[in-house]
Amino acid sequence: MDITGFISTHKKLLLVVFLVLLVVFLATVPLYGGIYNVRVLTAALTMVILAVSWAMFSGTTGYMSLAPAAFFGLGIYTMCVLEKQLPFLVIVVIGGLVAFAFALLVGLVTLRLKGIYFAIFTFGLVVFMSELINYLEVAIRQAHGWHITPLDNTMLFHTMLGLAVVTVLAIYFIRRSRYGLAMMSIGGNEEAAEHMGIHTTRVKVFTFAISSMFMGAAGVITAPILIYINSNIAFSFYYSFMPILMAVFGGMGQLYGPIVGAVVFTYLERLVRNQFPNYFMIGFGIILVVVIMFLPNGITGLVPMLQGKLSGVIARLRKGGEAEPHANT
Amino acid sequence: MPILEGQDVTKYFGGLAAVSHVDFYIDQGEILGLIGPNGAGKTTLFNLISAAFPISSGEIRFKGHKLNGLKPHQICKMGVSRTFQETKVFANMPVLQNVLVGAFFGTPTRISGEDAAREATQALEFVELSAMSATPVKDLTLVNQKRVEVARALATKPEVLLLDELMAGLNSAEISEAMELVNRIRDTGITIFVVEHVMKAIMGICGRIMVLHHGEKIAEGTPQEIATNKQVIEIYLGEEAHAGS
Repeated sequence: MDITGFISTHKKLLLVVFLVLLVVFLATVPLYGGIYNVRVLTAALTMVILAVSWAMFSGTTGYMSLAPAAFFGLGIYTMCVLEKQLPFLVIVVIGGLVAFAFALLVGLVTLRLKGIYFAIFTFGLVVFMSELINYLEVAIRQAHGWHITPLDNTMLFHTMLGLAVVTVLAIYFIRRSRYGLAMMSIGGNEEAAEHMGIHTTRVKVFTFAISSMFMGAAGVITAPILIYINSNIAFSFYYSFMPILMAVFGGMGQLYGPIVGAVVFTYLERLVRNQFPNYFMIGFGIILVVVIMFLPNGITGLVPMLQGKLSGVIARLRKGGEAEPHANT
Repeated sequence: MPILEGQDVTKYFGGLAAVSHVDFYIDQGEILGLIGPNGAGKTTLFNLISAAFPISSGEIRFKGHKLNGLKPHQICKMGVSRTFQETKVFANMPVLQNVLVGAFFGTPTRISGEDAAREATQALEFVELSAMSATPVKDLTLVNQKRVEVARALATKPEVLLLDELMAGLNSAEISEAMELVNRIRDTGITIFVVEHVMKAIMGICGRIMVLHHGEKIAEGTPQEIATNKQVIEIYLGEEAHAGS
């Protein structure tokens, strides 16, 4: 049987099989991978969720949100408050819903802001949330920070993996849906989109809230990993900037761009941080500058580029092969 | 009853009346032209009809329904679609996907993916761009980008189509093609309101012409009447005649 023919006709099926196997493989890592790997993988999956959710909204509509940390932190604090009251998985869902509701509210007020003003607002939102929660903590509890009972690493990893699968699947379908097309046309030209019958405000607010929901849920799962939490830790800009850098690094043209970016970047970060603990940010900066300058579509943008180059080289080789006999005659 | 009409339509930007007490009407199936010097308020009037700006006073009615206070996406769904003076295409999306946006979102009823794709393909055939359906719009020439805008507007199944300077920047062969396209659109039963600077085109396709000057309507009539109207010649055609002489 012709294998290349089989591959090209069953591309989709093979991809699905590959992805299922990948998830199964990841799910079994705790059995033999050791605690360190499980923890790094959990961190990578967290970043996958944040980067994919961020790219779904900001990458397509062009509204640069610097607020992932606000929704992520809200999830972390949902866990702090509800830890003793409810089962863990229920809190994960509630954390998502809290972030969703908060994003709806914020979106309604601010998504009429254009360009840089929206970015500045979302930047301020993280600071605002951090200060507000800090104030409320002191006012209500008369205490700073929370201690969360640590939970089993394997269980946290599996929950994060489950959430990542749900997030990627949901966003895969959203991108292919009417909402995906609407978001892209808003990114292309918002005025034209509005005049072509798209209720742009509703699309923006709703998709912003959906993307924030996954960030909130991821925050809940991260809380027990942090163990000690205060408003500076929960609303750290690390969680806003890293997913954006990862999405840009991976490339936002396809769904898998931010995923690849998040995984590669997380491991790169660990590697560089372990080797050069004091200089790792410099190394990062250089990598990012190089990617932005030479790979405008991220590292996944390399694939079609290399394919084009490769087929060019092959064509030239073939031509060369044909031309030679002519030269001899 | 006219399909689209405006009464005492006025728009202030600060203290300046960009459109001032303008009455207009368009009957079903006609091509109405709107001319006037730069800054006369032509595009502003289009923006008021399509609700890009809220109207300051007066009212606009489509098939008897008041349009005041509606949003652009609602106007489009009701059956009034438009193109833009400065083309506003979705530059990074392929041609077909641009048109698909109109087909998907421009109609009042929810449409299936297959139906939307068929509508979009038909609209592209109508403007003779089928061959480029997979090309990103940013790689198209100006005339073809304008055609994409027309196809996108047609895909929303409009009853009234507002064409804002479709022919600006085109050469004379392209202008003839565009005139033919406008006539073909009218023949499908769509009522057309055009803003145009190209006199040959506006005199050739319009059944009736309206003239704006400083936001006020100063004349209205058949192309012959407008061409011989003294005031119009003085403030508008006169400049051209003078420049040409």
